[in-house]
Amino acid sequence: MSAWRHWRLERPDGGPAVLTLAVADRGANVLHRAALDELEEIAAELEAAAPAGVLLRSAPGRAFCAGADVREFARLRDAAAARELLRRGQELFARWQALPCPTAAVLRGYCLGGGLELALACTYRVADADPGLKLGLPEVRLGIHPGYGGTVRLPRRVGDLAALRLMLAGRTLGGRVALRLGLVDAVAPERGLEAAARALLEERPRPRRAAWWKRWPHAAWLRAPVVRQVGRTLRRRARPEHYPAPWALLDCWRRAPRAEPAALAAEADSVAALFDTKAARQLTRLFLLREELKRAPAAAPEPPAHVHVIGAGAMGGDIAAWCAARGLRVTVQDADPERLAPAFRRAERLFARHGARRARAMRDRLIPDPDGCGAAAADLVLEAIVEDAAAKRELYRTLEPRLRPEALLATNTSSLRLEELAAELARPERLVGVHFFNPVARMPLIEVIRHHPAQQAGIDQARAFARRLGKAPVVVRSSPGFLVNRALLPYLLEAVRLLEEGAAAAAVDRAAKDYGMPMGPLELADLVGLDVCLAAGSELAARLGGTVPERLREQVEAGRLGRKTGRGFHVWKQGRARVGRAGTPPPDCQDRLLLSLAREAVHCWHERLVERADWVDAALVLGAGFAPHRGGPLQAVREEGADAVRRRLDGLARRCGERFEPGDGWDAPELGADWRPEAAGFDSGDGEKIQHS
Amino acid sequence: MDRPVYIVDGRRTPILRARGTPGPFAAADLAVACARDLLLRHPAALGAIDETVWGCAMPSENEANIARVIGLRLGLGERVPAHTVQRNCASGLQALDAAAARIAQGEAELALAGGAEAMSRAPLLYPPDFARWLGGAVRAKTPWARLAALARFRPRMLRPVAALRCGLTDPLAGLGMGQTAEELAHRFGIGRAAMDRYALESHELAARAQDAGIFADEIAPLYGADGRVWLRDDGVRRDSSLERLARLPAAFDRPRGAVTAGNSAQVSDGAAALLLASEGALERLRLPALGILHRVCWAGLAPELMGLGPVHAMHALFARGIAEPGEIDGYELNEAFAAQVLACLQAWSDPDYVRAEFGRDAPLPPIDPDRLNPHGGAVAVGHPVGMTGARLVLHLLKHLQRRAGRFGVASLCIGGGQGGAALVERVA
Repeated sequence: MSAWRHWRLERPDGGPAVLTLAVADRGANVLHRAALDELEEIAAELEAAAPAGVLLRSAPGRAFCAGADVREFARLRDAAAARELLRRGQELFARWQALPCPTAAVLRGYCLGGGLELALACTYRVADADPGLKLGLPEVRLGIHPGYGGTVRLPRRVGDLAALRLMLAGRTLGGRVALRLGLVDAVAPERGLEAAARALLEERPRPRRAAWWKRWPHAAWLRAPVVRQVGRTLRRRARPEHYPAPWALLDCWRRAPRAEPAALAAEADSVAALFDTKAARQLTRLFLLREELKRAPAAAPEPPAHVHVIGAGAMGGDIAAWCAARGLRVTVQDADPERLAPAFRRAERLFARHGARRARAMRDRLIPDPDGCGAAAADLVLEAIVEDAAAKRELYRTLEPRLRPEALLATNTSSLRLEELAAELARPERLVGVHFFNPVARMPLIEVIRHHPAQQAGIDQARAFARRLGKAPVVVRSSPGFLVNRALLPYLLEAVRLLEEGAAAAAVDRAAKDYGMPMGPLELADLVGLDVCLAAGSELAARLGGTVPERLREQVEAGRLGRKTGRGFHVWKQGRARVGRAGTPPPDCQDRLLLSLAREAVHCWHERLVERADWVDAALVLGAGFAPHRGGPLQAVREEGADAVRRRLDGLARRCGERFEPGDGWDAPELGADWRPEAAGFDSGDGEKIQHS
Repeated sequence: MDRPVYIVDGRRTPILRARGTPGPFAAADLAVACARDLLLRHPAALGAIDETVWGCAMPSENEANIARVIGLRLGLGERVPAHTVQRNCASGLQALDAAAARIAQGEAELALAGGAEAMSRAPLLYPPDFARWLGGAVRAKTPWARLAALARFRPRMLRPVAALRCGLTDPLAGLGMGQTAEELAHRFGIGRAAMDRYALESHELAARAQDAGIFADEIAPLYGADGRVWLRDDGVRRDSSLERLARLPAAFDRPRGAVTAGNSAQVSDGAAALLLASEGALERLRLPALGILHRVCWAGLAPELMGLGPVHAMHALFARGIAEPGEIDGYELNEAFAAQVLACLQAWSDPDYVRAEFGRDAPLPPIDPDRLNPHGGAVAVGHPVGMTGARLVLHLLKHLQRRAGRFGVASLCIGGGQGGAALVERVA
């Protein structure tokens, strides 16, 4: 038996061979080229000396497999290279499927993308009953689709419609649902997982296949209508011109030849073509950036175990609930005990999704604390009271002496100057901005605001906190509006100006959506609350120059504040905007909106609000929902060319006003077309371990 | 007791009146709500608790050893042992007694003890006939036998039995608790008018105490999943009057009895938690102390006279010679029934009764009515059976603290014919 670096093969006398995956050079099991090369040798060995069966598993404490190596894919330069890699993987998996003995994969932790495709090439799959298990083919989220045989093998197990739904949404499943769908053959708790796999290998039941009627949609004459029907719902989520991957997947399925080798070849062609698309490059880049932000450095401090939240308003209450849901002990304080009640009602909605037992544990961790006793014991005190500097300073004055010496004081302010808030603290460096985005449960970004030169420890603590919450922290230097709001506000205000000039709200929003924004600026403003927009806009205008459109002020004065009052720029019913039919947007509409944003983003980078230009892009995509397939505002500028964008801004400045003057920062090397992000960040090897909750 | 036992502090939930349907919280939910608030006020205690003991008369079927459920949900740690005690209406006091004993013996240094009850969630049971029918049908071997067994079904088998009603009925004497109160009223000549007057006063005292914020430093608010919030006991009636009380029908000896829903303790949900410590633990963890728990005494008597339990338990308590009745600054005597409290006061001062029962030549000095239940009692705020003992001790200590008093006695009558009484002393 030869020794492999990433795999271990044991061949006990009697009973199946046991093949264990433990990728040596990564924290998580990924199927990179080296691991696949070795698997090929192993397959050859198993073909030669056929054992009674093969049990395929991950090393103890490790998740089964995170899929193909995204970093390796990101380095592929052209479609031909991609196709070659895909074909090799496909051939290997086909060979694995054709082994003369039955194989069983033991799925624990997560089993995604290429990992699940390998499991699908096994005869049997056994899934961990732990609710944390994640099974899925999320490739479309990276702008590609499954390419190691997933599009061919998954429909055979779960039926065509279920398979399409799973792959198109990139959704992940738990073990119980997977069993019901037919994706796995058995579900067992960790203690019985391998016994279940061994039993399958021994008894050799007929492998599960989708019922005949679940394969009906694959009949040649039904495929076209099915594609039309599925496409109708898909169009609402992903436009083909922005996100070609799900459409390519649909097309690939529609045209799949009956014979497996031909179907696999067609799949490889389809995925290889996607590698060259802008969307795939940018989605992959953003995925890696996000992973990098969420990855804790080796010397990261312990995240807090007890968080005390002061102010149970919309943000404070939701932050507290999110912390409790993520396993932290949380005390919530508000001046009036009655005001805590709505926070508990909203928290319940978040908790209820997790099943009765886990919801109860979350509920037990979320502790009402009207008297504020928790502040003295907490590792982190998060202040989320009204945006009023005097009120906050007054609170800190009585709060600071009560804090534990090593406790961090965090503020969720979105518009106040931290220098000013910290001015009267005995230790100003202990105040850190930790800016969440609304809705807390959905937005994956946290801006960590640095305002003091001697606060690296606090920044690290805040980052550890954000990671503990499953959010990506971006460190931003203190400045008006920080990064996301500062770049976003000119875009929102420009939308209001277009309204003032007589454009229809639906048309303005339409222009932004055509660009690829998930939501139009006026709908977004309504969602945030027009009073909040007005306050933030006035604050920014006062400190950075510029004006706030009169129309916004009028709306607020009339009490039309957006979603929360049922009326803003749109009419809201049951939490959704009734956006009417869009007419033709006025000329320059899209440019005026998006170039306002891009211009401000360039200025933010020029002022070095963040350490890396990439963080500007990541923050705006994760915090403001900037069109992900475009990779962020700086990437959009890079794509078009900084000079070209500047010229268009000059033109707008002449036609629409000096607010479009390009200003400085356009000659930054990071905006150059040939600029590549430093590879250093992409290659550090530490990843995640399985967490049994 | 060998070592003195200190009570650090305590918290309780508001008491929620049962309204005929299962209440919003299970007993363990209530216990967790008040205990986590208590621990928040004494962060040093959280990792230092040795043991937890809870009293609960009727834990729900999925709360077996409810003390363990509570301890784990609070995050006291897997290594902290927990046990549940049951002494009917005094389960909460029994929990304090059990925890105190562990500390006194030197087996524990810091203990969390309390009582919890969700009476509104007491289940409805199928009668045994139904279980027999079902069991017979399941065991039948042939289809024919099964059909025959199924045919033995009778609709009356589905008539539910309220577990609460069973729990409140003495299994040996066959009397409901309300009927034992009728028995006392009969023996001591207590009329309906006196009961109603007592009940009205209880509501008035409780309402006044609520308005003065007397309960505020013992109550931890409750938040419901639906966004409701409870900040105070919701059974206190501000619209009560003698006329309204007089209109209520007899609740137990129908139709002519005198004990009504209005002059009895309310059926309700609630929990109270106290932190008990040795002197060493107080010093090591720098915890404050509300008072010393000197002694808990128990006494037994005829089940049908269970309402006089406090008289017997308090006589036992004073026989220990730690404090004289004249030194007691506050009495909390649980108001299971207005008639029962009034009977206790009469028996206390009745030369014949004390001679017959305790062999005394003369009664002990009478209990000063101004020092008895100064903020009302269970008739107004409710009596979640497992909770009340712990609540009385907590309230008594807070009361002594406010009044700078010294000794206090908390006492309850116990279904089945017992009485319990605790002597506490404020620590200056």
